[in-house]
Amino acid sequence: MTANPPADDRTFRRRRILRDALTIGAVTGAYGVSFGAVAVAAGLTVAQAAVLSLAMFTGGSQFAMVGTIAGGASPWAGAATAVLLGVRNAFYGLELKPVLGARGARRIGAAHLVIDESAAMGSVPGPVEDRRLGFWATGLAVFVGWNVMTLVGAVGASALDDPGVLGLDVAGPAAFVALLAPRLVDRERWAVAVVAALVAVGAAPLVPAGVPVLIAAAVAVVVGWRPSADGSDGTERPDGSGGSDGPRSSGGGATPGDER
Amino acid sequence: MIWPAVLVGAAACYALKLVGVSVPDRVLAEPRVQRIAGLLPVALLAALIGLQTLTLGESIVLDARVPGVAVAIVARWRRAPFLIVVGLACATTALVRALA
Repeated sequence: MTANPPADDRTFRRRRILRDALTIGAVTGAYGVSFGAVAVAAGLTVAQAAVLSLAMFTGGSQFAMVGTIAGGASPWAGAATAVLLGVRNAFYGLELKPVLGARGARRIGAAHLVIDESAAMGSVPGPVEDRRLGFWATGLAVFVGWNVMTLVGAVGASALDDPGVLGLDVAGPAAFVALLAPRLVDRERWAVAVVAALVAVGAAPLVPAGVPVLIAAAVAVVVGWRPSADGSDGTERPDGSGGSDGPRSSGGGATPGDER
Repeated sequence: MIWPAVLVGAAACYALKLVGVSVPDRVLAEPRVQRIAGLLPVALLAALIGLQTLTLGESIVLDARVPGVAVAIVARWRRAPFLIVVGLACATTALVRALA
């Protein structure tokens, strides 16, 4: 970057950021249809599905919550799972704070838009004003697309006799596959993933529904508590694979629209 | 009992986002906190994939969800875009159910 980029260069960059943001909003919206449908199939009302998308507004957590309820667990176990999965958003906020520089009411609003996609667009290497635009444009585009299409999916599914016929019960796990893959950047994370999945499924017949996922969370806490096996202090993680779940990955090749 | 869980869960998820853009850096930048925060979504997502593919309530069940999620894994491995991964998984499960 030169100190004073030509105006048309800046315009070009702004236009590209806005186009990317709208694309991500459209893709996420298409996915929001399946959330609305899955939520209704899990026994939520249309209003409950809509409020989750408006107020929780973090897709992975929302799918985790309705999937847990569909699996027979109590709504509270579903909420606990959603909150645990939402912990990553706090770390996106840490990374985004210098970019947003938002205070007061703006910070209240900005915080709500902190999700995988907006964090990825707010973390791409580049000028701060580009990253700020990327964050707000993507956050707002996803917010509109996600909420409108949640409503479409929820109303549509409540008109169906059996939403299961559409195979929507695998929309959640399939999305989790896409969310998990970019995070599997080293052997330790692979090991944690495999152990967590085995422990959770193995525990399922033995403990009340909703508890296995909490046991899996404990696996992460126990492994993370120890210093990492390779002798480093664990703060530097291999990067560049698109996983953007922490401040250290700010320079990584996050791929917007690839997550959620 | 769904409404209270919806509202409390949503409020807690928002609180986490607000904490992230509000607390001093040193709190969340602590190495151990960072490590656990990096591993937490890995463990949760892997567990949720396993549970929502292989269990129903408190029993292990192998049904049409298994080929659907297997297709999702292959599609993601072949670098398919997000919507293709989800769409192929749903289509596969729906197809297997229709044939069964």
